[in-house]
Amino acid sequence: MTGWDFSPARFWAMVVKEFVQMRRDRLTFAMMVGIPLLQLILFGYAINSDPRHLPTAVILADNGRQGRTLLNAMQNTTYFDFVRQFKTESEGHEALARGDVQFVINIPENFTRDLLRGDRPSILVEADATDPGTTSNAIGSLNVLLNTALQNDLKGPLAFLAGTPGPIDLRVHALYNPEAITQYNIVPGLIGVVLTMTMVMITALAITRERESGTMENLLSMPVRPLEVLIGKIIPYILVGYIQIGLILFAAHFLFRVPMAGSLPLLLIITFVFIIANLAMGVTFSTVAENQRQAIQMGFFFFLPNILLSGFAFSFRGMPDWAQAIGELLPLTHFLRIVRGILLKGNGLAEVAPEIWPIALFTVVALAIGVKRYRQTLD
Amino acid sequence: MNDELAIDVRGMTKRFGNRTVVNHIDLQVHTGEICGFLGPNGSGKTTFIRMLCGLLRAEAGSGTVLGYDVITESDAIKLRAGYMTQKFSFYEDLSIFENLDFVARMYSIEDRREAVAESVERLGLGERKDQLAGELSGGWKQRLALAACMIHRPKLLLLDEPTAGVDPQARRDFWEQIHQLAGQGLTFLIATHYMDEAERCHRLAFILNGNLLAQGTVAEILEQTHLTTWSVSGSKLLELAEQLRGQPGTQQAVAFGNTLHVSGDDSDALERIIAPFRTEHYEWRRIDAGLEDVFIHLMERSKERESS
Ligand SMILES: Nc1ncnc2c1ncn2[C@@H]1O[C@H](COP(=O)(O)OP(=O)(O)OP(=O)(O)O)[C@@H](O)[C@H]1O
Ligand SMILES: [Mg+2]
Repeated sequence: MTGWDFSPARFWAMVVKEFVQMRRDRLTFAMMVGIPLLQLILFGYAINSDPRHLPTAVILADNGRQGRTLLNAMQNTTYFDFVRQFKTESEGHEALARGDVQFVINIPENFTRDLLRGDRPSILVEADATDPGTTSNAIGSLNVLLNTALQNDLKGPLAFLAGTPGPIDLRVHALYNPEAITQYNIVPGLIGVVLTMTMVMITALAITRERESGTMENLLSMPVRPLEVLIGKIIPYILVGYIQIGLILFAAHFLFRVPMAGSLPLLLIITFVFIIANLAMGVTFSTVAENQRQAIQMGFFFFLPNILLSGFAFSFRGMPDWAQAIGELLPLTHFLRIVRGILLKGNGLAEVAPEIWPIALFTVVALAIGVKRYRQTLD
Repeated sequence: MNDELAIDVRGMTKRFGNRTVVNHIDLQVHTGEICGFLGPNGSGKTTFIRMLCGLLRAEAGSGTVLGYDVITESDAIKLRAGYMTQKFSFYEDLSIFENLDFVARMYSIEDRREAVAESVERLGLGERKDQLAGELSGGWKQRLALAACMIHRPKLLLLDEPTAGVDPQARRDFWEQIHQLAGQGLTFLIATHYMDEAERCHRLAFILNGNLLAQGTVAEILEQTHLTTWSVSGSKLLELAEQLRGQPGTQQAVAFGNTLHVSGDDSDALERIIAPFRTEHYEWRRIDAGLEDVFIHLMERSKERESS
């Protein structure tokens, strides 16, 4: 007798049973739909909102009209609220360090003179980019603004200045966190994170629940084999995974305007591999765990490196080598590249294919451990 | 009854940690026999039954169940035996029908629909078949479990206290059915605490602390112990019991309704002990020892042996 025997009939018996149980378990089902929604709201709106009225300090070393026009225009974007005026750069730095202001705008000496001469004077914007989500939109607005704000002032003999490459040289110093993570990065990434969290958790409970409620004794007394139980428990949750993806993609598109450059069907097909990988992981946890509490702990233990080392929370390239090496093992790392690649860069199968097989390999290994660990006796 | 052995195991042993819970038990049950499995709480009945169907790995022991090796061929045994657990272990969030259907699918029964329908019918749960199993009363859960473990028409049924909490009428129906099935060649190993049920078995096995103390037909077991029992009626039986219990040679003085049963395995000694109490206050009658007397006697004796 090996653990790899497989009977389609018994497997199907498991699937039918799990489906019915899933349907009856309203609370869990509600959570599986609720978690993506909650995460979307947290990550998408609360954290990654479009903050405005950010406290801003000005160092105004030039009193010309154009400088004031610019500042007015900035205030009009509603991103910037001028709350301070400083004389020196070091004063500005202190205020940034203390967190009193988000930006310090530096209009240098001779700004007006240089502008009128066509020398492209620079404006230095120093930003506290600890949380890039806070500053990125404001900075984005500056680019547009600098090209249009002076249109009215640069008329007549100065009209030649209004053309490209722009009359002013904008320099942004993003302090504290030079690599900005954009919202676009986060919402597609959420597909992977939500799937990892819910799929692993839900199946981690699968076998421990049977053990704890005593039904395992009955199940084991029937001629069912490990693989039939494990895969039978996985199948119904694939459907749940797709419901979650649907929800997130819908929100990504309609609420957050995330571009969908690539092929949606391609994404959905590849997602299948990723869902299976996480379900296999969860079901394997549940063969190792003694009880449901342990299974949940294992789930969280798995979840943590997924969040931290996959490139979701931190830039993957910015991590030390050992962290990258761990990250490469995780399905989420590869899935994030796939989903961002397809949605944002418009990648096709050829570009994302190298990311698929590590996920598939992970699945096979996880399932093999699960089958090996699945105990066919009660002791 | 024929000479084939449905259960033929020797030296079955199970330890949990360093505690031996089942200690070298031999058991032979012929095909078509109903074997009652008795023993006080914690004596190892459930553990032994679980070893027979491969749910627990035996530390030692060998033999066959339905002709298959009890240690290495538990998959073949599972396919042909039905096991009813002591604690209800079907899915409470599935309906009666869904539970039965699940089991039927698990055994890949060919005429699944008929088998399930028939099973529901026999249970007498036709109109309640869509009710969740978790909503059933305790006795009905037992009956559902019994129906479920018979759905694949097993040749051997291992039933762990199948009638615990079942009403007398249903219990009687259950035993009728068991005897009918045994007549058709099914074999039963039934753990029970009820003496009336024990008396309905073809043979009995009595275990205590993992040791097999007695095995055989009811008559054989009664004979083996040569227990003498007197029944006393009268007033102040409690005081009498107190006085008798203190005497060596009286193994038991147990109240049965308005009478007291006094037993011992040395009939002469017992007669000498009760002689002073044979007054007009009491009416003494010698009776045949019942199974219960025998089992309590066996327990007492083994306790004495341990303490000495
Ligand atoms: N998984 C286990 N781990 C440790 N000890 C166990 C385990 N299962 C049973 N035991 C112990 O083995 C002994 C025998 O238990 P078992 O359930 O076989 O008794 P039983 O005869 O069925 O009792 P009852 O009449 O109460 O059902 C008990 O003392 C019990 O504590
Ligand atoms: Mg028991």
